[in-house]
Amino acid sequence: MGNDAKYEQLKDIIKIYLPEDVSVDHITPESNFLEELNINSANLIDIVLDVEDVFDIQLENEDMDQMQTVNDAIEIINKKISDK
Amino acid sequence: MGRRVVVTGMGVCAPNAVGLKDFIKALHEGKSGIRRHSKLEELNFGCQVAGEPLIKDNILNDYFNPLQLRGLNATGIVYGVVAGIDAWSDAGLVKNSSHKPSWEAGVIFGTGILGVDKFRESIHLVDEKQVRRLGSTTVLQTMASGISAYLGGMLGCGNQVTTNSSACTTGTEGVLMAYERISGGKADIMLTGSCSDSGPYIWGGFDAMRILPRTYNGNPVKASRPMSASAKGFVPGSGAGALVLESLESAQKRGAKIYAEVLGGEINSGGQRAEGSMTAPNSEAVQRCINKAISNAGLIADDIDAVNGHLTATAKDVVEIKNWSAALERKGSDFPYINSFKSMIGHCLAAAGSIECVGTILQFQEQVIFGNVNCEDIHPGISDVISEYRIPQRTMSYNPKYIAKASFGFGDVNACVIFSAYND
Repeated sequence: MGNDAKYEQLKDIIKIYLPEDVSVDHITPESNFLEELNINSANLIDIVLDVEDVFDIQLENEDMDQMQTVNDAIEIINKKISDK
Repeated sequence: MGRRVVVTGMGVCAPNAVGLKDFIKALHEGKSGIRRHSKLEELNFGCQVAGEPLIKDNILNDYFNPLQLRGLNATGIVYGVVAGIDAWSDAGLVKNSSHKPSWEAGVIFGTGILGVDKFRESIHLVDEKQVRRLGSTTVLQTMASGISAYLGGMLGCGNQVTTNSSACTTGTEGVLMAYERISGGKADIMLTGSCSDSGPYIWGGFDAMRILPRTYNGNPVKASRPMSASAKGFVPGSGAGALVLESLESAQKRGAKIYAEVLGGEINSGGQRAEGSMTAPNSEAVQRCINKAISNAGLIADDIDAVNGHLTATAKDVVEIKNWSAALERKGSDFPYINSFKSMIGHCLAAAGSIECVGTILQFQEQVIFGNVNCEDIHPGISDVISEYRIPQRTMSYNPKYIAKASFGFGDVNACVIFSAYND
């Protein structure tokens, strides 16, 4: 699976967690989850769980700390998949 | 003397009807919400009948956003939000869409235990060493105050937002807590109510205590029999009731519809002394609660036209009737009309008081006393004290002025509230 496909899947995961005044079109690869997309920090935990389910991987605490933007997430997902 | 407090909105999620309009119809007709539950049968419960609201999945999108619905596994929250949001719109109020909290509006919404199915889900994950998989809403769905937190956030309330818990007294106690807050000038509008989850994990403990009927599994609509000689225990139920209480001044300023006035009431405990215990009421405390409720409301016992009892369909119904009679010093045909909605909805536990307060208040606008069902064979211990015709077997026309509603709960706790037809 290429990065574009992963990006689309990630957007699908993220959209339910967006606040009402942020539309899915606001998401870019550079978007910061908390600061730009205004996602509630508690929901970042749920995004991580959804990512685990969709990509069949497991993220560790330090991965979660590093996952600040959409691109960070794609990078972590790629690393976890190649480590499998 | 505090400010006058009125009821301007109501919502309900009951085993025999979801929504106020259907609930009115169900109470008029004596419609039962007690059904056989295959899950209880599968789990070898002695009592396999229960009262559970039938919520259509497609209505949930009107109350919750997709994120709130994700992983939602707490029936009490569903019932409470449906009833609470309905009551708010019934009062002609809108959700606060600004960034500023509504400082004069609050929520007191009680429960016994919340989100038990969610809790079970979490227990399994924790035991499987998967605590990291619990997600962000396990706490919110299982904390007792989850229900007031959900409602307070949806409505944007900035006054007190809390959850009370006093077993089966919860809902009636909540009405009095909200009344006191408004009467004392600390809030203008309070959404009050209570909810109780459905399912075997809630009802199991009661089945184990052998206080639920075991002989009506094949005949669910006959199972809940308050005041009947053939009563065999209370039928477990679930759901939520909600009321918007408001200062008369605020209601008049908004031109709101007024269902009734809350004149006051009393909350007390029998201290688990004398015949009172964790599970049995101290009669002196019950009578004292009723008497003080009436005097706090500025009335005398003879003013009470009708009573909505706690009356669960156990042997304690006889004791309750004796307590009402002793407290009011009225018996035989001088006793007020009395009914119990539990014959139709079962005992909705923490939700009982609020659902029954909603039904009680509806009697003013409908100009009726809603009928009792399943007590064609009135218990002789009851007919010794009060005339049978004071226990209407079907809905009857009547114009009540003052109605007393009481709820009693485990822990020997009591609450009695006095509602009045509204007259300016």
